[in-house]
Amino acid sequence: MSEAPLALAHQFDDLDQQHEAGSLGMWVFLVTEIMFFGGLFAGYTIYRSLYLEGFVAGSHILNIKLGATNTAVLIASSFTMAMAVHSAQKGRRRAVMGFLLLTMLLGFTFLGIKCVEYHDKYVEHLIPCESVACSNLGLQFAPVEQALQEIQKQHAQLAHVELYFCFYFFMTGMHALHMIIGIGIMTYLLLMARRGKFNAQYYAPIEVAGLYWHFVDIVWIFLFPLLYLIGGRY
Amino acid sequence: MSQHIVSPKIYFLIFAALFALTALTTGVAFIDLGPYNTVAALAVAVTKAILVILFFMHVRYSPHLTRIVVAAGFFWLAILITLTLSDFRTRSWTPRPSGWEISAFSPQDGR
Repeated sequence: MSEAPLALAHQFDDLDQQHEAGSLGMWVFLVTEIMFFGGLFAGYTIYRSLYLEGFVAGSHILNIKLGATNTAVLIASSFTMAMAVHSAQKGRRRAVMGFLLLTMLLGFTFLGIKCVEYHDKYVEHLIPCESVACSNLGLQFAPVEQALQEIQKQHAQLAHVELYFCFYFFMTGMHALHMIIGIGIMTYLLLMARRGKFNAQYYAPIEVAGLYWHFVDIVWIFLFPLLYLIGGRY
Repeated sequence: MSQHIVSPKIYFLIFAALFALTALTTGVAFIDLGPYNTVAALAVAVTKAILVILFFMHVRYSPHLTRIVVAAGFFWLAILITLTLSDFRTRSWTPRPSGWEISAFSPQDGR
């Protein structure tokens, strides 16, 4: 025990303590993220309880097939991310790179499907916007016939459906932004892994990025039922 | 002494369970359960989140300090939502003072 392993930073006693400190620090950051998304979820809950018909109508306008597919894609990406961390723990460099690439690919698939959904809502004039500058860009909230029928079926007021779409775009948009940041982090990890910066003793960046990615997955696990499955589809 | 390494078999089982639960929650949305549709959807979501936190995020194998931080985070979230809702849901229980009738947060008004 004359020489400390290269991976150990001087302020820690041993690798275990270093590892626990890293995970704990990441969890403290994730708790702030829980509070950030928690504010959105609390606002959503209040307005959903006040204007339920509007939220049901908005939810029924969404494409449930695309939403469910995206949930499956994101769960698969969480699995490949867990496998990337596992490969890092075993010190398998090529497997780490493979699983990171796979996770990024699934992340891009999710964002691609999200883009298709956003475009559908743009075409159906469901982007909540009031100003003249917006309507010049074709961004006014004026639902097309099919969406209007759903709104009338639920006896919902247009303004309440618009509020639902405010929550829909802000919450899914914030979630998508977190995913884009996650993919950026993975690009950096991929380059570091390629240069052989990780080994079975030192893989903290991959572990911590994994925690972040799984957290983003959890946010979607709640967004899917709360946005797509209000009021049942029977 | 080294970190606990979870076997790929467990990861795959959790992945399969999460996938099955996604199919379940989507399927249940097409069955009329009245108010229990929301309960079922949230119960499935919480189950999935717990699986991800315990296994994918290794909290099951983490020291107590990490577990306390995680639990505290979700406890604070529960406070945030419970207290906010208990305010909004009980406002109509007491009469509004006169002059306060037109409220921006009145549940009845449209736009």
